[in-house]
Amino acid sequence: METAANKPRWALRALVGAGAVALIFAAGLGVQAGFVEYVQRIILLAGINVILAVGLNLINGTTGQFSIGHAGFMAVGAYAAAFTGVHLAPHVAAALGAGGVADAVTFNLALLVGALLAGATGVLVGLPSLRLKGDYLAIVTLGFGEIIRILLNNAQFLGAATGYSGDSAAGLPTYTSFFWVYFWVLVVVGLVRNVTFSQTGRSLIAIREDEIAAEAMATPTTRLKVLAFTLSAATAGIAGGLFAHMQSGIRPEDFKFDKSIDMIVMIIVGGLGSISGAAIGGIFVAVTLELMRDLQQYRLVLYALLLIVIMLVRPEGLLGSRELGLAFFRRAQKKPGAT
Amino acid sequence: MSEFFQQIINGLSLGSIYALIALGYTMVYGILKLINFAHGEVFMMGAYSGYFLASGLGVERYTASGGSFPLGLAFVVLVGAMLASALLGVTIEALAYRPVRSAPRLTPLITAIGASLFLQNAAMLLFTPNPRPYPPILREVRFTVGGVIVTNIKLAIFVVAIALMVGLHQFVQRTWTGRAMRALSMNMDAARLMGIDVNATIRATFAIGSALAAAGGILFGLDQITINPLMGVLTGLKAFVAAVLGGIGNIPGAVVGGLLIGLAEQLTAGYVSPDYRDAITFLILVVILVLKPEGLLGVVRQEKV
Repeated sequence: METAANKPRWALRALVGAGAVALIFAAGLGVQAGFVEYVQRIILLAGINVILAVGLNLINGTTGQFSIGHAGFMAVGAYAAAFTGVHLAPHVAAALGAGGVADAVTFNLALLVGALLAGATGVLVGLPSLRLKGDYLAIVTLGFGEIIRILLNNAQFLGAATGYSGDSAAGLPTYTSFFWVYFWVLVVVGLVRNVTFSQTGRSLIAIREDEIAAEAMATPTTRLKVLAFTLSAATAGIAGGLFAHMQSGIRPEDFKFDKSIDMIVMIIVGGLGSISGAAIGGIFVAVTLELMRDLQQYRLVLYALLLIVIMLVRPEGLLGSRELGLAFFRRAQKKPGAT
Repeated sequence: MSEFFQQIINGLSLGSIYALIALGYTMVYGILKLINFAHGEVFMMGAYSGYFLASGLGVERYTASGGSFPLGLAFVVLVGAMLASALLGVTIEALAYRPVRSAPRLTPLITAIGASLFLQNAAMLLFTPNPRPYPPILREVRFTVGGVIVTNIKLAIFVVAIALMVGLHQFVQRTWTGRAMRALSMNMDAARLMGIDVNATIRATFAIGSALAAAGGILFGLDQITINPLMGVLTGLKAFVAAVLGGIGNIPGAVVGGLLIGLAEQLTAGYVSPDYRDAITFLILVVILVLKPEGLLGVVRQEKV
């Protein structure tokens, strides 16, 4: 039903969206001018982490199903996007004429292919394991992550163990820029936010809180779990595509179990079930990984301890399932001391 | 044909190691409904304790002069490593699982992953990531039976594993602690009301499961010749799949599952491609989850509110 009150709201939203994109564009110019390449790289990685964390949080935090093999979906997205990017570029360039527009079209098509393929893999993995209750998803995703790596290690047309860097000596085209990373951050965060605060999102939360009760209330639990899992896998695919086009090549080792653990640390630090928390966790991991670069061998020991200590001391994470936003501060002002 | 029997022999000895580890997963899951992710690392630590015990007992002195390590000392190594791992298992339970036992189920799962990662990386720092040759606490003797090579190590693996599994079965069926474990796996609250010491029983479960994993670790070291700090990751996963295949929470099921996974892996390596020996396990996992999620020997349990 379209009422008079709805119409300006849509216009307003479109305006806000356009404003945000313009803001990202301007910020991109600023970042390019203001920071050395090393810092720029960290900023890009932080954005990719935000996509990973917000996407993973949809299944691990909001729906309460535990995936610990998301690096596998990221790998699917990365390889698919890299492969598509390399093979599509000449055709797009022929149609539109080589240049920035052609690059942008190729890049985004490649990302979409990566997301679709990762999402399809998500359905494939999720359907058998999400029909069951309990921790089966954890173990299946873990096994799946390993299978993906074994397959990539043996796939000759994707470079096997040495990795994939396209057909030319120059390696993969580096399409990934500040603008595109944060444009996709905006898309993914917007999408996940809308899902979380929709009726579907409420059903997902109901599944997390009590699956049997949710089922008794006629919530189609399996279908919704698979939906959330697929969306989550697709966002990991987008992150993978952005990651792939950041460097000259990708290797199966880039998507080891460690990567999945990084993602879990992101959402646990920020608070399971909170979109803004996941985003903060993603940035936190990108920055601490750089700070701990010299402590490489101690990194995972510290990570492991951090996981245990957070679970023992503050199991809800930094924000719990609350959101950091204007409403958060307003509520804090109204009810001081309220939790 | 003899190649086929060769694969069967290798598969059974590998499978009995998986079965030993799977028992620990299945016992803990049966009681706490927790995937003890650190179990693969307890297995790895068991192998390393065996390594250091054997070195401490001077295995080189015996083997350098062409002799073999006395069987009595090999037994000491086995028992010592099992005790050390039992202690490790109980410690992990006390520090990482007991404080979060009443929390939502995701919480202990995360601490379990944390404990697993911690042990892996601590082992890499302490023992270096390089693989180490396993001390020959049993000297290899080969027999050829109808074209099939059987080593005394493979036989020993099979015998030790079967002996431990029979022992466990007797323990669970005949002792009071075993009875308490079975009661806990049926209903923890009712068991507590019957006066069972829940904490002590869970501690015993972890101790026994970890000791069995340590035995598996030593046998694995003997079988595969080298050990490394990450050996528990894939082996632990496969053992977990074995437990799921047999029906998680079910002790005979873990044994059957372990042997089947070992056989499937060896046959895949022999007849399909060694590259896919690790993939077959996970394929089995997906197939069993789709067709018979309660496992081969498991019973369907109706979930009640």
